[in-house]
Amino acid sequence: MSGPNFPNPIVRWIDHRLPIFTLMHHEMHEYPTPKNLNYWWNFGSLAGIVLVIMLVTGIVLSMHYTAHVDYAFQSVERIMRDVNYGWMIRYIHANGASFFFIVVYIHIFRGLYFGSYKAPRELLWILGVVILLLMMATAFMGYVLPWGQMSFWGATVITNLFSAIPGIGDWIVTLLWGGFSVDNPTLNRFYSLHYLLPFAIVGVVVLHIWALHRFGSNNPLGIDVRGKQDSIPFHPYYTIKDMFGLGVFLIIFSAVVFFMPNAMGHPDNYIPANPMVTPANIVPEWYFLPFYAILRAIPDKLLGVIAMFAAIGVLFILPWLDRSPVRSGTFRPIFKVFFWMLLADCVLLTYLGAKPPEGVYVILARIGTFYYFFHFLILLPALSIFETPKPLPRSISQPVLGSGAAAAAAAMPKENS
Amino acid sequence: MAESHAGANRRDFIQVASTTMGVVGAACVAWPLIDQMNPAADTLALLTTEFDISGVEEGMSVTIVWRGKPVFVRHRTEKEVEEARSVDLDDLPDPEVDADRTTNPKFLVMVGVCTHLGCVPLGQKATDPKGEWGGWFCPCHGSHYDTSGRIRKGPAPSNLSVPPHEYISDTVIRIG
Repeated sequence: MSGPNFPNPIVRWIDHRLPIFTLMHHEMHEYPTPKNLNYWWNFGSLAGIVLVIMLVTGIVLSMHYTAHVDYAFQSVERIMRDVNYGWMIRYIHANGASFFFIVVYIHIFRGLYFGSYKAPRELLWILGVVILLLMMATAFMGYVLPWGQMSFWGATVITNLFSAIPGIGDWIVTLLWGGFSVDNPTLNRFYSLHYLLPFAIVGVVVLHIWALHRFGSNNPLGIDVRGKQDSIPFHPYYTIKDMFGLGVFLIIFSAVVFFMPNAMGHPDNYIPANPMVTPANIVPEWYFLPFYAILRAIPDKLLGVIAMFAAIGVLFILPWLDRSPVRSGTFRPIFKVFFWMLLADCVLLTYLGAKPPEGVYVILARIGTFYYFFHFLILLPALSIFETPKPLPRSISQPVLGSGAAAAAAAMPKENS
Repeated sequence: MAESHAGANRRDFIQVASTTMGVVGAACVAWPLIDQMNPAADTLALLTTEFDISGVEEGMSVTIVWRGKPVFVRHRTEKEVEEARSVDLDDLPDPEVDADRTTNPKFLVMVGVCTHLGCVPLGQKATDPKGEWGGWFCPCHGSHYDTSGRIRKGPAPSNLSVPPHEYISDTVIRIG
């Protein structure tokens, strides 16, 4: 391997036997990255950093939490009142979950707009959808742990989704509960899985990055890197850009954690769980609302559950639904319009998921649900056939630096170690 | 033995046979690891609840706990029984005769868990909304149940379930 020449003899000694420093140099330092990435490309590394924040605060919280129906609520209150900095660590963890979803949803819509799911990045995209599913399972089980009213009834409603499966549904629900209702065995296993799944996410993230580095990042133009003049080394150019983005993110995150830590929570979860009384309006956390709206839009129980899971499932086959060879929405005049329609539709469904399922809300949720699937299943395949894309630039350098010839001369990347 | 088949030989057979045994073995090991999630012995030991209905006056409803779930016991009025019995079965999404749902027509005993997604329907207290058919109303997703606990309107697929129960004396029922 033509590795870099490390000055430190200890590093050289290790690297000769375990080339981990060479690997890091290849993948995090000289890793050639398109030079035209905009700020929407910050959210991948940002999601990774939030994952680390969640792991660290979660491991610390588990040192004080008690997974038992009689003690869980009090142990969380003890963290908030008595444990040193417990209030801060828990608020970081609880709001970190919301911010994790904000970052990841932006990351996903970035991929949708710039066609990052298209060949040769289909598997990279699919691994991302797997991460999203694991995040949802982890977030759901984490929300159950404080054992408040929303914890308990959220757990009841979500586990009951599986009872819609014909034949074996009830058997599966009993298996999930470890009893005949959501109770102590359920809380214990949710705690176990809530601790496990983040590490499964780390594993899939490694695969996600591995697949990313096979062909490198997509870019706002959606065209391939044609040579050295189109890329710059990851370090220091994108490390510093990611650090700047992280700074902006942390300002916003801190503002929420310290000044409005309960803004995205539900007050009913500060009432201890009561298996005999259902709160008047059960609402999941905001990041589940569009899926909850789809579930409730369909009057049939089984079909509602199927539609809700299909809303994620359709993302798995997205690379084969959108057959247009042009990746970036910048060069797809009609696709661009419908992209914003889809985003508006998702915002609408989020709003409707929080509303009671009656009257005009039900009708709007049905329209929104129909449009969501219409976009992916009808519109994207049709656009691949009927849309005439705008002409693509010849290379990444050309639109960045004016003429292609000047670009090649000017863009020789400087290797400053 | 398999050498007569084109392309397949004894080594292929051994590979298939040992892989199959490996899968069977893995399934046998997996089962205890899955079944440990099912209800444990102490959970199963709490499967019956006894309840004295003599204190439940006509028109009154009481909620008791069985298997960690609420069970509704309603002492129905003549009018409620009449309403439950006079329904045309064709009007019911999940047709069931009222007589099949009660041992003693005055006392309706059912699991108070909505068959949609498991919320506890309202209607036990005098001040609760009881839905359009005077029985129970689930606030989570808007299911209406009649005075026999049968689904009439909304997303729930079936009637509120009647747990196995029997009268062990004139006034005491055993549920489970």
